[in-house]
Amino acid sequence: MAVDNFPVEAGHILMFARAVGDDNPIYRDAEYASGTEVGGVVAPPTFMQASAQFDPDYFLRPKPGKPWFGSGRDSTGITAGDPAGSTPSEGGDNKAVLHAEQHFEYHRHPRAGDVLTATTLPGKRWEKEGKRSGKLTFTESITQYHNQDGELMVTAKGVGVVTERPVDQ
Amino acid sequence: MALQGRELTVGQVHSAQVVQDLKRTQIVQYAGASGDYNPIHTDEPYARDIAGYPTVFAHGMLTMGMTGAMLTDYVGDGRLTKFGVRFTSQVWPGDDLEASATFEGLEESADGTLANFAVETVNQAGAVVLKGYAQARVD
Repeated sequence: MAVDNFPVEAGHILMFARAVGDDNPIYRDAEYASGTEVGGVVAPPTFMQASAQFDPDYFLRPKPGKPWFGSGRDSTGITAGDPAGSTPSEGGDNKAVLHAEQHFEYHRHPRAGDVLTATTLPGKRWEKEGKRSGKLTFTESITQYHNQDGELMVTAKGVGVVTERPVDQ
Repeated sequence: MALQGRELTVGQVHSAQVVQDLKRTQIVQYAGASGDYNPIHTDEPYARDIAGYPTVFAHGMLTMGMTGAMLTDYVGDGRLTKFGVRFTSQVWPGDDLEASATFEGLEESADGTLANFAVETVNQAGAVVLKGYAQARVD
């Protein structure tokens, strides 16, 4: 993922905080926020994940005129064997990429008004035999978020896993 | 209000219920806010018929986000220096989640005193759905 322009917007922070059920006024009330130690509306701890909104190629967002694997007339919009219609998981099958781990290191906390860039580097890749879902293939990626002044704000490390079969319940 | 490092005791636990009876609508809200529209989280026919799950399940990042709210309520806004987790079980519609931070100790750094915590979120059956750590600047 590479995001050249990730504007940290007050309205987006408000919606994100609502979605995680966080009613802290620092995410929605600029006047309250200006009187706190932080001094302004600040991004919640996991907000960097929402940089996906500003990645033009993000694979988990439907795009006009492009095939999408969610349900419509059928349970998936993808026809089996359709080369244009591979699912986002590797290999074009129906194995979903699940999120295994996420780590954030906060050098500074982004605030409303900051404009960030995100640069992702591929990390390690490894396999493991899972009891509940067959062979697991893990892939790591490291994303650095810099602000408009080139300062490193947040380093994020994500680990995704592709399971051989759905996780047993 | 930030935490006072000298008032913390190793093993001390802070916990909060972060959701009760998780609604599919909240998962939809999270998809919209985060931009992760993977249908496995919001699209029942896809989740059941194609992905092979009993129903949709929450984004791991929704659980991490709710757990993050417990942390910032505890350590104060803008105080976290690290927060990392493993997603150990899926979170389903209808789940109740309780998130906790257990104080593990202080360390000194160039930025001041840092407190380390073990973080865990469990569902109504006691299953751990998220396990990790957090570090915060304390006074």
